[in-house]
Amino acid sequence: MNKYLLYPGCSMDSSAKAYMESLNSIVEPLDLHLEEIEDWNCCGATEYLGINLIPAYSLIARNLALAAKQTDSTRTVVAPCSACYLNLAKADYYMQERPTLGAKVNEALAAGGLEYKAGMLDVRHLIDVLVYDVGLDAIRKAVTHPLSGLKVVPYMGCMLPRPDYQHRWSDHEHPTELDDLLRALGADVIDYPLTTSCCGGHMTQIGPETAFELIHRLVSDADERGAQMMVTVCPMCQMNIDAYQNEMNHFFGTDFHMPILFFTQLMGLAFGKEPGEVGIGVELVSSRNALAHIGVEVPVTQEPAAPRKKDEGLPMPRRWTKHEGKKEAVK
Amino acid sequence: MPHMTDERVRAGMTREEDLSLLNEVSMKTAGVSHLEMCIQCGTCGGSCPVAADMDHTPRMLFAMLRAGMREEVLRSNTPWLCVSCYHCVVRCPQEVHIADVMYTLKGMAIHAKLYTDSTAPHFSQTFVGMVETFGRGYELGLATRHYLRHFPLRLPGMMPMGLGMISKGRMAITPKRIKHMDQLTKILDRAKELELTS
Repeated sequence: MNKYLLYPGCSMDSSAKAYMESLNSIVEPLDLHLEEIEDWNCCGATEYLGINLIPAYSLIARNLALAAKQTDSTRTVVAPCSACYLNLAKADYYMQERPTLGAKVNEALAAGGLEYKAGMLDVRHLIDVLVYDVGLDAIRKAVTHPLSGLKVVPYMGCMLPRPDYQHRWSDHEHPTELDDLLRALGADVIDYPLTTSCCGGHMTQIGPETAFELIHRLVSDADERGAQMMVTVCPMCQMNIDAYQNEMNHFFGTDFHMPILFFTQLMGLAFGKEPGEVGIGVELVSSRNALAHIGVEVPVTQEPAAPRKKDEGLPMPRRWTKHEGKKEAVK
Repeated sequence: MPHMTDERVRAGMTREEDLSLLNEVSMKTAGVSHLEMCIQCGTCGGSCPVAADMDHTPRMLFAMLRAGMREEVLRSNTPWLCVSCYHCVVRCPQEVHIADVMYTLKGMAIHAKLYTDSTAPHFSQTFVGMVETFGRGYELGLATRHYLRHFPLRLPGMMPMGLGMISKGRMAITPKRIKHMDQLTKILDRAKELELTS
Protein backbone atom coordinates (compact mmCIF):
# COMPACT_ATOMS: atom_id res chain seq x y z
CA MET A 1 0.00 0.00 0.00
CA ASN A 2 1.27 3.44 -0.92
CA LYS A 3 0.13 6.18 1.43
CA TYR A 4 0.68 9.90 0.88
CA LEU A 5 -0.43 13.31 2.06
CA LEU A 6 -2.17 15.16 -0.75
CA TYR A 7 -1.80 18.86 -1.45
CA PRO A 8 -4.39 19.34 -4.22
CA GLY A 9 -3.93 23.04 -4.93
CA CYS A 10 -6.60 25.55 -5.94
CA SER A 11 -7.00 24.57 -9.58
CA MET A 12 -7.93 20.97 -8.78
CA ASP A 13 -11.48 21.87 -7.87
CA SER A 14 -11.96 24.52 -10.52
CA SER A 15 -10.16 24.76 -13.85
CA ALA A 16 -8.48 21.36 -13.47
CA LYS A 17 -11.37 19.48 -11.88
CA ALA A 18 -10.97 16.83 -14.61
CA TYR A 19 -7.52 16.14 -13.13
CA MET A 20 -9.02 15.59 -9.66
CA GLU A 21 -11.85 13.41 -10.92
CA SER A 22 -9.51 11.24 -12.94
CA LEU A 23 -7.04 11.01 -10.05
CA ASN A 24 -9.87 9.79 -7.81
CA SER A 25 -10.71 7.17 -10.41
CA ILE A 26 -7.21 5.61 -10.43
CA VAL A 27 -6.42 5.48 -6.71
CA GLU A 28 -8.37 2.26 -6.21
CA PRO A 29 -6.93 0.21 -9.11
CA LEU A 30 -3.42 1.28 -8.07
CA ASP A 31 -3.97 0.86 -4.33
CA LEU A 32 -2.96 4.45 -3.64
CA HIS A 33 -4.04 6.16 -0.43
CA LEU A 34 -4.12 9.93 -0.51
CA GLU A 35 -4.96 11.87 2.61
CA GLU A 36 -5.73 15.54 1.97
CA ILE A 37 -3.84 18.07 4.07
CA GLU A 38 -6.40 19.60 6.41
CA ASP A 39 -7.28 23.25 5.61
CA TRP A 40 -4.44 23.81 3.13
CA ASN A 41 -4.13 27.25 1.52
CA CYS A 42 -3.02 28.56 -1.89
CA CYS A 43 0.72 28.23 -2.57
CA GLY A 44 0.87 31.72 -4.12
CA ALA A 45 1.60 30.36 -7.61
CA THR A 46 4.19 32.49 -9.42
CA GLU A 47 2.65 35.72 -8.13
CA TYR A 48 3.31 36.07 -4.41
CA LEU A 49 7.05 35.44 -4.70
CA GLY A 50 7.35 38.56 -6.85
CA ILE A 51 5.89 40.83 -4.19
CA ASN A 52 7.19 39.99 -0.73
CA LEU A 53 9.72 37.35 0.23
CA ILE A 54 8.92 36.40 3.84
CA PRO A 55 5.11 36.47 3.43
CA ALA A 56 5.36 34.40 0.24
CA TYR A 57 7.44 31.70 1.91
CA SER A 58 5.28 31.81 5.05
CA LEU A 59 2.18 31.25 2.91
CA ILE A 60 3.78 28.16 1.38
CA ALA A 61 5.24 26.96 4.68
CA ARG A 62 1.84 26.99 6.43
CA ASN A 63 0.95 24.04 4.19
CA LEU A 64 4.17 22.23 5.06
CA ALA A 65 3.56 22.87 8.77
CA LEU A 66 0.01 21.52 8.52
CA ALA A 67 1.24 18.49 6.60
CA ALA A 68 3.95 17.83 9.18
CA LYS A 69 1.23 17.59 11.85
CA GLN A 70 -0.50 14.87 9.83
CA THR A 71 2.53 12.63 9.32
CA ASP A 72 1.63 9.52 11.27
CA SER A 73 2.34 6.88 8.65
CA THR A 74 3.96 8.85 5.83
CA ARG A 75 6.11 11.92 5.43
CA THR A 76 5.64 12.30 1.70
CA VAL A 77 3.54 15.16 0.36
CA VAL A 78 2.20 14.67 -3.15
CA ALA A 79 1.19 17.62 -5.32
CA PRO A 80 -0.46 16.99 -8.70
CA CYS A 81 0.10 20.60 -9.86
CA SER A 82 3.58 21.48 -11.10
CA ALA A 83 3.52 25.02 -9.72
CA CYS A 84 2.36 23.84 -6.29
CA TYR A 85 4.97 21.08 -6.34
CA LEU A 86 7.72 23.54 -7.18
CA ASN A 87 6.66 26.07 -4.55
CA LEU A 88 6.45 23.50 -1.76
CA ALA A 89 9.77 21.93 -2.76
CA LYS A 90 11.38 25.34 -3.11
CA ALA A 91 10.29 26.55 0.34
CA ASP A 92 11.53 23.34 1.93
CA TYR A 93 14.87 23.63 0.11
CA TYR A 94 15.56 27.35 0.62
CA MET A 95 14.59 27.25 4.30
CA GLN A 96 17.53 24.85 4.65
CA GLU A 97 19.91 26.58 2.23
CA ARG A 98 19.39 29.96 3.93
CA PRO A 99 18.76 29.27 7.62
CA THR A 100 17.90 32.94 8.31
CA LEU A 101 14.96 32.57 5.90
CA GLY A 102 13.91 29.41 7.73
CA ALA A 103 14.10 31.22 11.08
CA LYS A 104 12.01 34.17 9.89
CA VAL A 105 9.39 31.96 8.28
CA ASN A 106 9.12 30.00 11.50
CA GLU A 107 8.76 33.22 13.47
CA ALA A 108 5.81 34.14 11.22
CA LEU A 109 4.33 30.63 11.50
CA ALA A 110 4.57 30.89 15.29
CA ALA A 111 2.07 33.78 15.16
CA GLY A 112 -0.43 31.16 14.01
CA GLY A 113 0.74 28.52 16.46
CA LEU A 114 2.59 26.49 13.79
CA GLU A 115 6.16 25.49 13.05
CA TYR A 116 7.97 23.64 10.30
CA LYS A 117 11.39 22.04 10.48
CA ALA A 118 12.72 22.18 6.93
CA GLY A 119 13.70 18.83 5.48
CA MET A 120 11.11 16.98 7.52
CA LEU A 121 8.90 16.16 4.54
CA ASP A 122 9.49 14.75 1.08
CA VAL A 123 7.73 16.87 -1.52
CA ARG A 124 6.96 14.94 -4.69
CA HIS A 125 4.85 15.28 -7.80
CA LEU A 126 2.07 12.83 -8.60
CA ILE A 127 3.76 11.40 -11.70
CA ASP A 128 6.96 10.87 -9.69
CA VAL A 129 5.21 8.58 -7.18
CA LEU A 130 3.24 6.83 -9.93
CA VAL A 131 6.32 5.99 -11.98
CA TYR A 132 8.84 5.36 -9.19
CA ASP A 133 6.74 4.08 -6.23
CA VAL A 134 3.74 2.39 -7.81
CA GLY A 135 5.89 1.42 -10.78
CA LEU A 136 5.27 0.89 -14.47
CA ASP A 137 4.74 -2.85 -14.00
CA ALA A 138 1.85 -2.33 -11.60
CA ILE A 139 0.40 0.24 -13.99
CA ARG A 140 0.72 -2.16 -16.92
CA LYS A 141 -1.06 -4.83 -14.92
CA ALA A 142 -3.99 -2.51 -14.20
CA VAL A 143 -4.53 -1.74 -17.90
CA THR A 144 -7.65 -3.42 -19.26
CA HIS A 145 -8.24 -1.22 -22.30
CA PRO A 146 -4.84 -0.42 -23.91
CA LEU A 147 -4.74 2.89 -25.74
CA SER A 148 -3.15 1.40 -28.88
CA GLY A 149 -3.70 3.59 -31.90
CA LEU A 150 -3.89 6.83 -29.95
CA LYS A 151 -1.09 9.13 -31.09
CA VAL A 152 -0.04 11.38 -28.24
CA VAL A 153 2.75 13.81 -27.47
CA PRO A 154 3.87 13.86 -23.83
CA TYR A 155 4.04 17.43 -22.52
CA MET A 156 5.87 17.69 -19.19
CA GLY A 157 5.99 21.48 -18.91
CA CYS A 158 8.76 23.43 -17.26
CA MET A 159 8.23 23.61 -13.52
CA LEU A 160 8.28 19.88 -12.97
CA PRO A 161 11.75 18.77 -14.15
CA ARG A 162 13.37 22.12 -13.29
CA PRO A 163 15.10 23.32 -11.19
CA ASP A 164 14.86 19.87 -9.55
CA TYR A 165 16.19 20.58 -6.07
CA GLN A 166 16.04 16.92 -5.01
CA HIS A 167 17.39 15.31 -8.23
CA ARG A 168 14.25 13.32 -8.88
CA TRP A 169 13.95 13.46 -12.68
CA SER A 170 15.64 11.51 -15.44
CA ASP A 171 16.64 14.72 -17.25
CA HIS A 172 16.03 18.45 -16.88
CA GLU A 173 15.22 19.12 -20.51
CA HIS A 174 14.13 15.79 -21.97
CA PRO A 175 12.74 13.72 -19.11
CA THR A 176 11.10 10.45 -20.13
CA GLU A 177 8.82 9.67 -17.17
CA LEU A 178 5.65 10.72 -18.98
CA ASP A 179 6.69 8.94 -22.20
CA ASP A 180 7.28 5.71 -20.29
CA LEU A 181 3.99 5.94 -18.45
CA LEU A 182 1.98 6.59 -21.61
CA ARG A 183 3.73 3.70 -23.33
CA ALA A 184 2.79 1.48 -20.40
CA LEU A 185 -0.83 2.40 -21.15
CA GLY A 186 -0.33 1.22 -24.73
CA ALA A 187 -0.49 4.63 -26.39
CA ASP A 188 1.54 5.53 -29.51
CA VAL A 189 3.98 8.01 -28.00
CA ILE A 190 5.48 10.50 -30.44
CA ASP A 191 8.87 12.05 -29.64
CA TYR A 192 8.28 15.64 -28.64
CA PRO A 193 11.44 17.70 -28.22
CA LEU A 194 9.42 20.63 -26.84
CA THR A 195 8.22 18.51 -23.93
CA THR A 196 9.63 20.87 -21.32
CA SER A 197 9.16 24.14 -23.19
CA CYS A 198 7.07 26.77 -21.50
CA CYS A 199 3.30 27.20 -22.13
CA GLY A 200 3.52 30.87 -21.21
CA GLY A 201 2.50 30.52 -17.56
CA HIS A 202 0.83 33.70 -16.39
CA MET A 203 1.70 35.53 -19.63
CA THR A 204 -1.77 34.71 -21.00
CA GLN A 205 -2.96 37.21 -18.40
CA ILE A 206 -0.33 39.90 -18.61
CA GLY A 207 1.34 39.71 -22.03
CA PRO A 208 -0.94 37.73 -24.34
CA GLU A 209 1.20 38.23 -27.46
CA THR A 210 4.16 36.55 -25.76
CA ALA A 211 1.94 33.73 -24.50
CA PHE A 212 0.27 33.14 -27.88
CA GLU A 213 3.70 32.78 -29.47
CA LEU A 214 4.69 30.10 -26.95
CA ILE A 215 1.36 28.25 -27.23
CA HIS A 216 1.62 28.37 -31.01
CA ARG A 217 5.09 26.77 -30.94
CA LEU A 218 3.86 23.88 -28.82
CA VAL A 219 0.60 23.24 -30.64
CA SER A 220 1.95 23.60 -34.17
CA ASP A 221 4.85 21.28 -33.45
CA ALA A 222 2.56 18.65 -31.90
CA ASP A 223 0.31 18.96 -34.95
CA GLU A 224 3.22 18.62 -37.40
CA ARG A 225 4.35 15.47 -35.68
CA GLY A 226 0.95 13.94 -36.25
CA ALA A 227 -0.30 13.97 -32.67
CA GLN A 228 -4.00 13.48 -32.06
CA MET A 229 -3.69 15.01 -28.63
CA MET A 230 -1.27 16.43 -26.11
CA VAL A 231 -0.99 14.93 -22.63
CA THR A 232 -0.01 17.04 -19.66
CA VAL A 233 0.80 16.75 -15.96
CA CYS A 234 0.09 20.40 -15.06
CA PRO A 235 -3.15 22.39 -14.61
CA MET A 236 -1.52 25.62 -15.84
CA CYS A 237 -0.30 24.00 -19.07
CA GLN A 238 -3.72 22.41 -19.64
CA MET A 239 -5.49 25.73 -19.07
CA ASN A 240 -3.21 27.73 -21.36
CA ILE A 241 -3.23 25.29 -24.25
CA ASP A 242 -6.91 24.35 -23.94
CA ALA A 243 -8.63 27.58 -23.01
CA TYR A 244 -6.44 29.99 -24.97
CA GLN A 245 -6.03 27.90 -28.12
CA ASN A 246 -9.01 29.62 -29.74
CA GLU A 247 -7.64 33.09 -29.02
CA MET A 248 -4.21 31.98 -30.23
CA ASN A 249 -5.76 30.72 -33.48
CA HIS A 250 -7.42 34.10 -34.04
CA PHE A 251 -4.16 35.88 -33.31
CA PHE A 252 -2.15 33.92 -35.88
CA GLY A 253 -4.98 33.20 -38.32
CA THR A 254 -4.48 29.46 -37.79
CA ASP A 255 -7.02 26.70 -37.27
CA PHE A 256 -5.49 24.25 -34.83
CA HIS A 257 -7.67 21.86 -32.93
CA MET A 258 -5.31 20.12 -30.56
CA PRO A 259 -6.99 18.66 -27.47
CA ILE A 260 -4.95 18.39 -24.30
CA LEU A 261 -5.84 15.97 -21.50
CA PHE A 262 -4.30 15.12 -18.14
CA PHE A 263 -2.28 11.90 -18.02
CA THR A 264 -4.55 10.64 -15.24
CA GLN A 265 -7.53 10.88 -17.60
CA LEU A 266 -5.80 8.52 -20.03
CA MET A 267 -4.86 6.23 -17.16
CA GLY A 268 -8.51 6.09 -16.13
CA LEU A 269 -9.57 5.22 -19.69
CA ALA A 270 -6.89 2.53 -19.94
CA PHE A 271 -8.14 1.10 -16.62
CA GLY A 272 -11.59 0.76 -18.15
CA LYS A 273 -13.31 3.82 -16.67
CA GLU A 274 -16.05 5.65 -18.54
CA PRO A 275 -15.18 9.06 -20.09
CA GLY A 276 -17.61 10.75 -17.69
CA GLU A 277 -15.81 9.29 -14.67
CA VAL A 278 -12.46 10.77 -15.68
CA GLY A 279 -13.65 14.28 -16.47
CA ILE A 280 -13.62 14.00 -20.25
CA GLY A 281 -15.94 16.50 -21.92
CA VAL A 282 -15.05 19.57 -19.86
CA GLU A 283 -12.09 20.49 -22.04
CA LEU A 284 -12.79 23.42 -24.37
CA VAL A 285 -10.95 21.87 -27.32
CA SER A 286 -12.93 18.65 -27.52
CA SER A 287 -11.05 15.34 -27.37
CA ARG A 288 -14.02 13.52 -28.94
CA ASN A 289 -12.46 12.88 -32.37
CA ALA A 290 -9.11 11.88 -30.91
CA LEU A 291 -10.65 9.37 -28.52
CA ALA A 292 -12.75 7.88 -31.32
CA HIS A 293 -9.47 6.36 -32.58
CA ILE A 294 -9.42 4.04 -29.57
CA GLY A 295 -13.13 3.35 -29.67
CA VAL A 296 -14.03 5.60 -26.76
CA GLU A 297 -17.30 7.35 -27.38
CA VAL A 298 -17.64 10.69 -25.67
CA PRO A 299 -21.28 11.70 -25.31
CA VAL A 300 -22.07 15.08 -26.82
CA THR A 301 -22.76 17.42 -23.96
CA GLN A 302 -23.44 20.49 -26.01
CA GLU A 303 -25.09 20.89 -29.41
CA PRO A 304 -22.89 22.85 -31.80
CA ALA A 305 -24.13 26.39 -32.25
CA ALA A 306 -26.41 26.91 -35.24
CA PRO A 307 -24.64 28.66 -38.13
CA ARG A 308 -25.44 32.33 -38.50
CA LYS A 309 -27.89 33.14 -41.25
CA LYS A 310 -26.07 36.24 -42.39
CA ASP A 311 -22.41 37.06 -42.21
CA GLU A 312 -23.23 40.65 -41.43
CA GLY A 313 -24.70 41.03 -37.99
CA LEU A 314 -24.54 43.55 -35.24
CA PRO A 315 -21.28 45.45 -35.22
CA MET A 316 -18.92 43.64 -32.85
CA PRO A 317 -15.53 44.70 -31.53
CA ARG A 318 -12.77 43.22 -33.64
CA ARG A 319 -10.67 40.45 -32.24
CA TRP A 320 -7.07 40.97 -31.45
CA THR A 321 -4.91 39.69 -34.30
CA LYS A 322 -1.21 39.74 -34.97
CA HIS A 323 -1.63 41.93 -38.05
CA GLU A 324 -3.93 44.47 -36.48
CA GLY A 325 -1.15 46.92 -35.75
CA LYS A 326 0.02 46.88 -39.35
CA LYS A 327 -3.47 47.43 -40.77
CA GLU A 328 -4.00 50.46 -38.61
CA ALA A 329 -0.65 51.88 -39.60
CA VAL A 330 -1.66 51.72 -43.29
CA LYS A 331 -4.82 53.72 -42.69
CA MET B 1 33.95 47.23 0.64
CA PRO B 2 34.38 49.50 -2.39
CA HIS B 3 37.96 49.39 -3.54
CA MET B 4 40.31 50.51 -6.32
CA THR B 5 42.31 47.61 -7.65
CA ASP B 6 45.42 48.12 -9.74
CA GLU B 7 43.58 46.52 -12.64
CA ARG B 8 40.84 49.13 -12.49
CA VAL B 9 43.38 51.95 -12.42
CA ARG B 10 45.26 50.50 -15.39
CA ALA B 11 41.96 50.12 -17.26
CA GLY B 12 41.35 53.82 -16.80
CA MET B 13 38.44 53.33 -14.41
CA THR B 14 38.54 56.23 -12.06
CA ARG B 15 35.56 55.40 -9.85
CA GLU B 16 35.61 52.95 -7.00
CA GLU B 17 33.65 49.81 -7.74
CA ASP B 18 30.31 49.93 -5.95
CA LEU B 19 28.71 46.52 -5.55
CA SER B 20 26.04 47.63 -3.10
CA LEU B 21 23.15 47.09 -5.54
CA LEU B 22 24.42 43.64 -6.50
CA ASN B 23 24.78 42.71 -2.84
CA GLU B 24 21.38 44.12 -1.94
CA VAL B 25 19.65 42.03 -4.62
CA SER B 26 21.64 38.98 -3.66
CA MET B 27 20.74 39.31 0.01
CA LYS B 28 17.06 39.84 -0.72
CA THR B 29 16.87 36.68 -2.83
CA ALA B 30 15.65 33.43 -1.33
CA GLY B 31 18.34 30.82 -0.96
CA VAL B 32 21.94 31.55 -1.92
CA SER B 33 21.64 33.49 -5.18
CA HIS B 34 25.23 33.06 -6.53
CA LEU B 35 24.54 36.33 -8.36
CA GLU B 36 28.06 37.69 -7.82
CA MET B 37 29.41 34.57 -9.56
CA CYS B 38 27.94 35.51 -12.99
CA ILE B 39 30.65 35.26 -15.66
CA GLN B 40 28.58 36.98 -18.38
CA CYS B 41 28.52 33.92 -20.64
CA GLY B 42 25.01 34.63 -21.93
CA THR B 43 23.70 31.08 -21.62
CA CYS B 44 20.65 32.49 -19.81
CA GLY B 45 19.58 34.82 -22.61
CA GLY B 46 20.25 32.12 -25.19
CA SER B 47 18.02 29.69 -23.29
CA CYS B 48 15.18 32.11 -22.66
CA PRO B 49 11.94 31.50 -24.61
CA VAL B 50 10.86 35.13 -24.22
CA ALA B 51 14.23 36.89 -24.59
CA ALA B 52 13.06 38.47 -27.85
CA ASP B 53 10.45 40.52 -25.98
CA MET B 54 12.77 41.56 -23.15
CA ASP B 55 14.36 45.00 -22.74
CA HIS B 56 17.51 43.28 -21.47
CA THR B 57 18.55 39.64 -21.41
CA PRO B 58 19.26 38.30 -17.92
CA ARG B 59 23.00 38.52 -18.62
CA MET B 60 22.73 42.23 -19.46
CA LEU B 61 20.60 42.82 -16.40
CA PHE B 62 23.21 41.21 -14.14
CA ALA B 63 25.95 43.38 -15.66
CA MET B 64 23.77 46.41 -14.97
CA LEU B 65 23.34 45.28 -11.36
CA ARG B 66 27.11 45.06 -11.03
CA ALA B 67 27.41 48.54 -12.50
CA GLY B 68 24.92 49.88 -9.96
CA MET B 69 22.32 51.01 -12.50
CA ARG B 70 19.43 50.81 -10.05
CA GLU B 71 16.76 52.76 -11.89
CA GLU B 72 17.41 51.19 -15.30
CA VAL B 73 17.29 47.71 -13.79
CA LEU B 74 14.07 48.29 -11.89
CA ARG B 75 12.40 49.86 -14.95
CA SER B 76 13.36 46.95 -17.19
CA ASN B 77 10.51 44.72 -18.34
CA THR B 78 12.78 41.67 -18.10
CA PRO B 79 11.72 40.36 -14.66
CA TRP B 80 8.07 40.84 -15.57
CA LEU B 81 8.39 38.80 -18.75
CA CYS B 82 10.22 35.94 -17.04
CA VAL B 83 7.90 32.94 -17.27
CA SER B 84 9.75 30.97 -14.54
CA CYS B 85 10.54 28.07 -16.88
CA TYR B 86 13.96 27.59 -15.22
CA HIS B 87 15.70 26.75 -18.48
CA CYS B 88 18.43 29.28 -17.69
CA VAL B 89 18.69 28.07 -14.10
CA VAL B 90 19.59 24.48 -14.99
CA ARG B 91 21.96 25.60 -17.75
CA CYS B 92 23.81 28.34 -15.83
CA PRO B 93 27.39 27.15 -15.30
CA GLN B 94 27.64 29.28 -12.15
CA GLU B 95 24.37 28.06 -10.63
CA VAL B 96 22.91 31.54 -10.32
CA HIS B 97 19.30 31.32 -9.05
CA ILE B 98 18.21 33.45 -12.00
CA ALA B 99 14.45 33.00 -11.68
CA ASP B 100 14.56 33.84 -7.99
CA VAL B 101 16.62 36.96 -8.70
CA MET B 102 13.84 37.98 -11.12
CA TYR B 103 11.28 37.60 -8.29
CA THR B 104 13.45 39.79 -6.08
CA LEU B 105 13.70 42.47 -8.78
CA LYS B 106 9.91 42.47 -9.23
CA GLY B 107 9.43 43.02 -5.53
CA MET B 108 11.99 45.85 -5.52
CA ALA B 109 10.38 47.48 -8.57
CA ILE B 110 6.94 47.39 -6.95
CA HIS B 111 8.37 48.79 -3.73
CA ALA B 112 10.13 51.63 -5.59
CA LYS B 113 7.15 52.07 -7.98
CA LEU B 114 9.63 51.89 -10.85
CA TYR B 115 7.89 49.65 -13.35
CA THR B 116 6.99 50.92 -16.81
CA ASP B 117 3.96 48.75 -17.56
CA SER B 118 1.56 48.19 -14.68
CA THR B 119 -0.21 45.12 -16.15
CA ALA B 120 1.99 42.49 -14.52
CA PRO B 121 2.42 44.19 -11.11
CA HIS B 122 -1.34 44.74 -10.89
CA PHE B 123 -2.00 41.12 -11.80
CA SER B 124 0.33 39.88 -9.07
CA GLN B 125 -1.19 42.27 -6.56
CA THR B 126 -4.77 41.32 -7.45
CA PHE B 127 -3.89 37.63 -7.20
CA VAL B 128 -2.25 38.14 -3.81
CA GLY B 129 -5.24 40.19 -2.65
CA MET B 130 -7.54 37.24 -3.39
CA VAL B 131 -5.27 34.82 -1.56
CA GLU B 132 -4.99 37.14 1.45
CA THR B 133 -8.79 37.43 1.59
CA PHE B 134 -9.86 33.83 0.99
CA GLY B 135 -6.72 31.74 1.48
CA ARG B 136 -7.34 30.21 -1.95
CA GLY B 137 -7.19 31.45 -5.50
CA TYR B 138 -10.41 32.86 -6.97
CA GLU B 139 -10.14 32.75 -10.74
CA LEU B 140 -13.41 34.45 -11.74
CA GLY B 141 -12.81 37.40 -9.41
CA LEU B 142 -9.20 37.68 -10.53
CA ALA B 143 -9.99 37.40 -14.23
CA THR B 144 -12.88 39.88 -14.32
CA ARG B 145 -11.06 42.45 -12.24
CA HIS B 146 -7.84 42.11 -14.18
CA TYR B 147 -9.38 42.13 -17.66
CA LEU B 148 -11.68 45.08 -16.93
CA ARG B 149 -8.67 47.03 -15.73
CA HIS B 150 -6.10 46.09 -18.36
CA PHE B 151 -7.70 44.35 -21.34
CA PRO B 152 -11.28 45.66 -21.68
CA LEU B 153 -11.11 45.27 -25.47
CA ARG B 154 -10.06 41.64 -25.12
CA LEU B 155 -13.18 40.81 -23.11
CA PRO B 156 -15.71 40.38 -25.97
CA GLY B 157 -13.40 37.92 -27.74
CA MET B 158 -12.93 36.01 -24.51
CA MET B 159 -16.59 35.69 -23.57
CA PRO B 160 -17.09 32.27 -25.23
CA MET B 161 -14.07 30.93 -23.34
CA GLY B 162 -15.23 32.39 -20.02
CA LEU B 163 -18.75 31.10 -20.45
CA GLY B 164 -17.38 27.71 -21.51
CA MET B 165 -15.28 27.52 -18.37
CA ILE B 166 -18.24 28.48 -16.17
CA SER B 167 -20.79 26.21 -17.90
CA LYS B 168 -18.40 23.24 -17.71
CA GLY B 169 -17.92 23.86 -14.03
CA ARG B 170 -14.28 24.84 -14.42
CA MET B 171 -14.62 28.31 -12.94
CA ALA B 172 -16.51 28.75 -9.69
CA ILE B 173 -18.86 31.71 -9.38
CA THR B 174 -18.15 32.16 -5.69
CA PRO B 175 -14.79 31.98 -3.92
CA LYS B 176 -13.83 29.22 -1.48
CA ARG B 177 -12.49 30.28 1.89
CA ILE B 178 -10.23 28.21 4.12
CA LYS B 179 -11.47 27.37 7.64
CA HIS B 180 -8.71 29.03 9.62
CA MET B 181 -8.41 32.28 7.70
CA ASP B 182 -7.69 34.09 10.99
CA GLN B 183 -4.61 31.91 11.50
CA LEU B 184 -3.32 32.60 7.99
CA THR B 185 -3.90 36.33 8.44
CA LYS B 186 -1.90 36.34 11.67
CA ILE B 187 0.97 34.50 9.97
CA LEU B 188 1.01 36.85 6.97
CA ASP B 189 0.79 39.97 9.17
CA ARG B 190 3.76 38.82 11.22
CA ALA B 191 5.63 37.89 8.03
CA LYS B 192 5.09 41.39 6.64
CA GLU B 193 6.49 42.94 9.83
CA LEU B 194 9.54 40.68 9.54
CA GLU B 195 9.94 41.64 5.88
CA LEU B 196 10.19 45.31 6.84
CA THR B 197 12.80 44.73 9.50
CA SER B 198 14.96 42.44 7.36
